[in-house]
This record gives sequence, C-alpha cells and structure tokens, in this order.
Amino acid sequence: MAQTIIEKIIAAHSGDDVFPGATVWLELDVRAARDFGGANVVKNFDRHYTSMPVADAGKTFFTFDCVVPAKDIPYANNQQLCREFAARQGIKVYDVDAGIGSHVLMEEGLARPGGTVVNTDSHMNIVGAIGCLGQGMGDADIAFAFRTGRTWLEVPPSVKVVLKGKYKWPTTAKDVALAMLREFGSSGLLGKAVELYGPAAEVLSVEERITVASMATEMGAIAIFVPPSEEVLAWCEGTAGVEVGGVYADEDASYEATYELDVDGLEPLVACPPSPADVKAVSEVVGKEINSAFFGSCTNGRIDDFRAVGRLMSGRPVAAGVMAYAVPATRRVYGAMLVEGLTAELFGDGFVVSNAGCGGCAQGQIGMTGKDEVQVSTSNRNFPGKQGAGETYLCSPVTAAASALMGTITDPREVA
Amino acid sequence: MARTTVIEGRVWPVVDASGTYLNDVDTDQIYHNAYIAVTDVDEMGRYAFGNLAGWGDFPTKAEPGDILVVGANFGAGSSRQHAVDCFRTLGVAGVVGISFGAIYKRNAVNAGWPLVECPDLLKLELAAGDVLRVNFKTGELENRTRGKLAAARPFSRVQMDVYLAGDLFAYGSSLGGKSAGRLR
Ligand code: SF4
Repeated sequence: MAQTIIEKIIAAHSGDDVFPGATVWLELDVRAARDFGGANVVKNFDRHYTSMPVADAGKTFFTFDCVVPAKDIPYANNQQLCREFAARQGIKVYDVDAGIGSHVLMEEGLARPGGTVVNTDSHMNIVGAIGCLGQGMGDADIAFAFRTGRTWLEVPPSVKVVLKGKYKWPTTAKDVALAMLREFGSSGLLGKAVELYGPAAEVLSVEERITVASMATEMGAIAIFVPPSEEVLAWCEGTAGVEVGGVYADEDASYEATYELDVDGLEPLVACPPSPADVKAVSEVVGKEINSAFFGSCTNGRIDDFRAVGRLMSGRPVAAGVMAYAVPATRRVYGAMLVEGLTAELFGDGFVVSNAGCGGCAQGQIGMTGKDEVQVSTSNRNFPGKQGAGETYLCSPVTAAASALMGTITDPREVA
Repeated sequence: MARTTVIEGRVWPVVDASGTYLNDVDTDQIYHNAYIAVTDVDEMGRYAFGNLAGWGDFPTKAEPGDILVVGANFGAGSSRQHAVDCFRTLGVAGVVGISFGAIYKRNAVNAGWPLVECPDLLKLELAAGDVLRVNFKTGELENRTRGKLAAARPFSRVQMDVYLAGDLFAYGSSLGGKSAGRLR
C-alpha cells in the first residue's frame, strides 16, 4: 500500500502493520535523555531494571541543554546522577558544553533522514526538518526505551501543507512558521503528521527547515516533515560521514487533508503573549516598549540566524536600557560565531553572548524575564512562565534585532 | 501470574441525571490536582472522581472487578498518571469508552490497565449495575443483563504485550538483553 513519509519510516522500524490509528512497536535508532527529565529516567531505570544493561549503549545518549552549566545544586546533582549512570552503562554524554540535544543529534549524524529518535524533549520532533522521525516522551517511556530500544506509537494520520509564493528579506522562515500558526492555530494540526510541499518549502535551507519544524509542537502536530532536498542530504552526509538516503512519500499515498498556504509577499509577524498562536503582523504591535531581546533556542539558534542579526545590526548598538542575549544552539554554532567574528561584533553592539544551550527558554540562566518585563524572543513558546515571569513576544531574529536596536517592537523593514 | 483476556463485571456508566454519557471528562475532574503530590498508588483511590459533580462517593461504592463505562474524549487534559492509577487502586477492572484523550490512553496502556475503545457503546444500552463482558482479544462486548452486543477495537499487539506482562516496565524486564531491540 502507498505510504506517507511517517508511515514509511515507521514501517522500516516495525514488524507491525502500519496504517493510521494502528498501534505499533517502533525500533529506535537513538534514545536520549536531557538534563531535564534525565535524572528521573535514571531513577526509573534503576528502580525497575536494577543491574540490567541498556539495550544498546551505542544508541543511547544524554544531551544536557536546559541548564548548562548547572546554575543550582539540584540541576548539578541531576546532571551528575546522569553522568554516573552513563559511566556505569557505557553511554556517551553530550555534556554542558555541547548545546541543544536535538541539534547536537543532527550535527553528529545520529538523527538522520528516515531515522527514529526519542528524547525527554517536547521539541524532539524538530528532526522532521531533515526527514527524521523524532518524538518527545516522559521519563518512564524513555527509561523503557533505554532498556528495550523500542517504544510504542500510534500511527498518526498524515496531512499535506503546500506553501505557495515567495517572500523576501527581512521576512524569514520564522515568519513562515508564525504564518502557519496564524492559519492553523494551536490545534488545527493536532495529532497530525504534517508534510510540507510547494515552492516556498522546497527552497528552504537546512537551518530554515529547522526553524519551521521546531514549531510543530506549538501547532499540536506530531511532527512537520520537510522532504529532504539535495542540499539537506549533502548536509546530513557531511555530519553522518556515511551515505544517507531520504525517505519520501509514495506518489499515491493518501492524506487526511491537503491545505494550501500562500506566503507570497509575507510580512514579518509576531506572536503575542500568552500564546504562540496569537499571531499579528509586526505593524500591529510596533512601538511596544521592550526591556530585553533573546536570540537563540532550538528555533533560531543557528549560525545563519546570528548572521542575520549581525546583518541587521550592522555595527549599530542595542538601544539604551535594553538587554540583548545571544545564545547559540550548539558548540559548533558558538565556534563558528567566534571564527567569523560574530561574537566580537555582537559583543561590540552590546549583546551578552553566552555558551551554547537552551538559555532562558526553559528558565535556564540567560534571558529569563522578571515580572512585567517585556521581551522579544526568537524562541517558540510564550506561555506565561515559560521564559520567566514577563511577557514574551515571539518573532524572527531580524525583527528581534530591529526591536533591540530601537528599544520598541520594530518592523525590520524600517531599519534593515 | 497469567492475566485473563476476558473480564466480566458490574458497570458504572459515567452519565448525567438524564442518563447521557458525559463527554470530555478531563483528568482534573478524574483526579483533582490538589492531590497531585500523592506518590503512593495505594492512596490514590480515595480521590478518584473527587472533582466530578455527583461522583465524589465513587471510591466508597466501587467494588474490585467493576468496570467503568465512559463517553467521548475521557481523560482529556494533563498527563497525570494518577488519573489512571486511582482506578487501579480501587480494583476497577478496566474502562470501556467511546473515545479517550491520547495521553490518557498512553498512560493506561503503560500501566497495563485495560482500556477499550468502542464508538458503538450506546448499542449496549448499559445501565448502572448491568453486567458487561469484555473480550480484549476479539473486541466483543456483551451486556449480559440485557443481551446487547457491540464490537470494539481489540487490544493492539502492543497493548496486549504490555497487559500480559503486567505493565510497561515488567514488559521491559521480560525482554532479554541486547536482542530486546529486535522486532519480529
Ligand atoms: S530551546 Fe527551548 S524549546 Fe528548544 S529544546 Fe531548549 S527548552 Fe525546549
């Protein structure tokens, strides 16, 4: 029977019949835990599988990213508990220097097109950007995955979203993700495996695909898959060091629905607190005073994102009284920023530039907000309390940079 | 201990005063978040349905072996495992419903607590106290009191594997070493 992308990936990792609604055992290429949830994975594992080995230490990882390095003793304790378990079991730890786990797994070639990955990270589905199936799960499910190398999954229905048209700088892929949220809301794609097609999807770079796929969680989708282009496959072959092939849907695969979204001439967008689906044109919120600007997260923490920030700032300083934070997604991005001189450039503009990780996104140390603080952020969630006690406006790195430059939410077209 | 794949028990249809099934009963109504800090499963039973109007006395009335019968989207909302465990503590043999929240279903499967989905539930014409027979393998449902039948989704292989082992963790420990990751 003809299959969609997710159905094909599942079928290649399962002995069960695959159709929407079927519950199947899924073999996992990678099972991981972060510092958030990791300690509970270890406790569950040790309680239920005392003295037993993990199914395959070579496919099992810890990826510390939430609070790196630990800012308090409980986090330090939890990370150390994971390190000790890892040493006992022969598991590799991507430690506090490495960066956001989902990104590290892609950069290391562990998450690959057509593969399966789970982690204690609700944005693990971000690997849909390279055509890989990722899912975030709770600590009990991950402990089981460590022990058995498998998890169970209900095969979701697939839908197609066709992106039509063209947009131009300073509109970016983040604005496309926000346009999807504006269109579908936080539940319009609930429980669906989304496949992105159309001219505006095909041209997306690896980094832009990551941005769009990272917001699947906010849309309630199981994942957003972008069929890998030649460029994506080449990137993945570079990271994995082996030949990789993409997994593509059969031409006659059946979809529950097909939607078209026209992004022609799309203007920069902003998601207003308290919901990522509360999307407005930036022109509707210009002038709102801000206290801080956060650049980073699994949505916009890649080197291209920081290049875009540098391009917009062009050596101009951050507005007086505004705190600007740049947190690269991974150590590799951090390294590239150093080599390219971006760190010095942003530092010179007045940014706090930190080591790699999630930063303030999960209430880590860089960029958390206080009560009544107004922040523009390039991350993916603005629920109350997510990034602190303040109000978070989600936007692209370019819109955030324009706003940091002016001290108010600013249309980047005015200052680019 | 081998677990049975057919159960028979007295039912508790979760209905309103007019006898209509309640839909969208969320996990907060099933298990109030005031008691979320309770970690001892034995203690959770007494809070079952504590926040659902008219159902507060369920824990004192339910008998081991009883079956819960519910409407659509039962267990919507938060991911709390308590909303499954509280019924297990009371010895409730399982739940049959028109449909369930996705995470609720995941939690029930992981706990090895029988959950059966039956879109045609109304055909059974169940009233409180009727005796229901549920076959997990075939999905056959029979209201023994009134002789009414309905077909439900049988357990998936995953659900059966986990159920027969006891729970997800027991299933995991039953798998041997490195071959554990290999499927048929
Ligand atoms: S950056 Fe934020 S959303 Fe992304 S993985 Fe880290 S905490 Fe989660």
